[in-house]
Amino acid sequence: MKKDTSNINPLENEAIYIMREVAAQFEKPVLLFSGGKDSITLVRLAQKAFYPAKIPFPLMHIDTGHNFPETIEFRDRLVDELGLELIVRNVQDSINEGKVKEESGKYASRNSLQTTTLLDAIEEFKFDACIGGARRDEEKARAKERIFSVRDDFGQWDEKNQRPELFDMLNGQIELGQNVRVFPISNWTELDVWSYIEKENIEIPSIYFAHTRATFLRDGLIWSADDEVVYREENEVVEEREVRFRTVGDMSCTAAVLSDASDIATVVQEIRNSTISERGARIDDKRSEAAMEKRKQQGYF
Amino acid sequence: MEVLKIATAGSVDDGKSTLIGRILYDTKSLTSDKLEAIEKTSKQKGYDYLDFSLATDGLVAEREQGITIDVAHIYFSTQAKSYIIADTPGHVEYTRNMVTGASTSQAAIILIDARKGVIEQTNRHFFINNLLRVKDIIVAINKMDLVDFSEEKYNEIKADFEVLMSKRDYQDQKITFIPVSALKGDNVVNKSKQTPWYKGQTLLEHLENLDRKDIYNVGTPRFPVQYVIRPKTDEFHDFRGYAGKVYGGELSVGDEVVALPSQTKSKIKEIYFYNDTYKTASRRSSVTITLEDDINVSRGDMLVKANDLPKIDKQFTATISWMDSKNLLTGSKYVLQHGVNKVLAKVDAIHHKINPDYSGIETDVNALGMNDIASVTFKLNKPIYFDEFKNHRTNGSFILIDSHSNNTVGAGFIQ
Repeated sequence: MKKDTSNINPLENEAIYIMREVAAQFEKPVLLFSGGKDSITLVRLAQKAFYPAKIPFPLMHIDTGHNFPETIEFRDRLVDELGLELIVRNVQDSINEGKVKEESGKYASRNSLQTTTLLDAIEEFKFDACIGGARRDEEKARAKERIFSVRDDFGQWDEKNQRPELFDMLNGQIELGQNVRVFPISNWTELDVWSYIEKENIEIPSIYFAHTRATFLRDGLIWSADDEVVYREENEVVEEREVRFRTVGDMSCTAAVLSDASDIATVVQEIRNSTISERGARIDDKRSEAAMEKRKQQGYF
Repeated sequence: MEVLKIATAGSVDDGKSTLIGRILYDTKSLTSDKLEAIEKTSKQKGYDYLDFSLATDGLVAEREQGITIDVAHIYFSTQAKSYIIADTPGHVEYTRNMVTGASTSQAAIILIDARKGVIEQTNRHFFINNLLRVKDIIVAINKMDLVDFSEEKYNEIKADFEVLMSKRDYQDQKITFIPVSALKGDNVVNKSKQTPWYKGQTLLEHLENLDRKDIYNVGTPRFPVQYVIRPKTDEFHDFRGYAGKVYGGELSVGDEVVALPSQTKSKIKEIYFYNDTYKTASRRSSVTITLEDDINVSRGDMLVKANDLPKIDKQFTATISWMDSKNLLTGSKYVLQHGVNKVLAKVDAIHHKINPDYSGIETDVNALGMNDIASVTFKLNKPIYFDEFKNHRTNGSFILIDSHSNNTVGAGFIQ
């Protein structure tokens, strides 16, 4: 039977091409891995890009210490199974060293504190390229970003003066101290990621599927009450609800959605019919109209 | 699913962002939280309509000034297709960002304000889409509500645009005119009752029926080698695979190929995509190829079919779109990136500047400034293997990199 590659997803072809450009153009690349669906997809794409050789760069997790335990468990199992190198750097260490100050109060989150830990780790390992799972459809500041996004030696994004990016040509030339954030799935949508996970039969952490969880309501969002890291006021009543998580950030800034989708096919169907955007459940984006842009200017990925 | 990339073009306030917002709104692609945010901000600003540009102008500076500075990529899908729209800036000073957006697009929407008709920016945008060989052009005559949906006005603008069309050098372009009101939603997704005289399709209907195949079929197969895969594991001890993306046609197992620049011949032994093997690698697929013979091939080299070689030369002439505030001068040196291959290039001669408003050329030019377009001859330190841009979009284009700033400072289209 004649077999050809014409039915392979164009977005997958593009992402693999980008992965190979990273490996070829940089001295010390790293893949930023959070244990969420986007970075899990990146790992599969990297496997495909270099098969039958192993992925030629390590993974790095900037651990806020407020992760869902299911995610951490999943992370460790994945790197074990694939024989990958995993670097973990902890936000708690940055707090202990007095480099960042823990937020307090109702909306306290460690999400933005990650930036400092990330920039320190980049300097420590001298990474010149950091591959991330950000997508342009997530948020309007991200919709503006290049696939190879150059950051200065303070890790900062100059949004008004980005390099032109033409055709398939990716310019990875930088000065010592600068680094490039690379986004191979820039052109994917949330639905593309889920459809790909379904098609490829990729394993993901259980919190993405419906489960019963102790929760409480605030600002119309469902918060996890399972852990003490989520600040809760006395009048906020804990109830058990059947929920799942659509995006997996920190426990302190990720809200759950009501759902009975217990397998990947029903999750895909649910996303297809959803009228709320993925980031609608990210509390950290709701701080202001320019929350993401400001974080990126400071070095957030 | 098919992915169609489209770029918008148009002058400031012609309503590009509004048009995209309208498409998103009418195809129900705007989620309720994003829509709420638009409603809230529109109200705060005191508008009596929904300001859809808030959905696409993602930077603080853009919202402050009410203009688009850099390309935003917007995604939506219908039953038939997935779409990526590059919303590009209209200001003359951001022409480079428009070139960026158009370079990866298969179709372009050029907006014209029905009250203003064809203006200098229209010429420029049509010229750039022509230069980039964008095959499908949709001329959306917008703000029809402000000219009472006048058929006469529409025909007048169409006739003016047809004068422009006679000046283009890429005659295969397909051009479609559609009268729209992005603000009110006429002929964007839904057919308008206000334009009974217009018998054509709505903008979305037209996009749904576009055939995107042509553009990638152009040219013969070129396989630039991105990365050499040497696992050196027990199982794949002698494996030497060439990873890259197929441009142009297709490559099959058994094809006789030549590796450039060494010009060594061999045959394709296997084609891998991940852990599966294929008989044929189609255009745009990121595969890994192994060869029958153990020849020396590294990153930047290219595999081509033995009976179909590109030009191999250390000198060529190209149309340059200059994108940097520092001028390009005769004698200047740059890093030239052609696909994944990098060489050093020296500007041998600037022949003439081309005015992107079709007003002719200027000779006796010895420097190019930001947003200039010109014909330039380069000399290289090593030969590259190229095709003319009109025959091969990928193998006929390159970028110029300033070796001091590392910036991408120009785009080139080989003549």
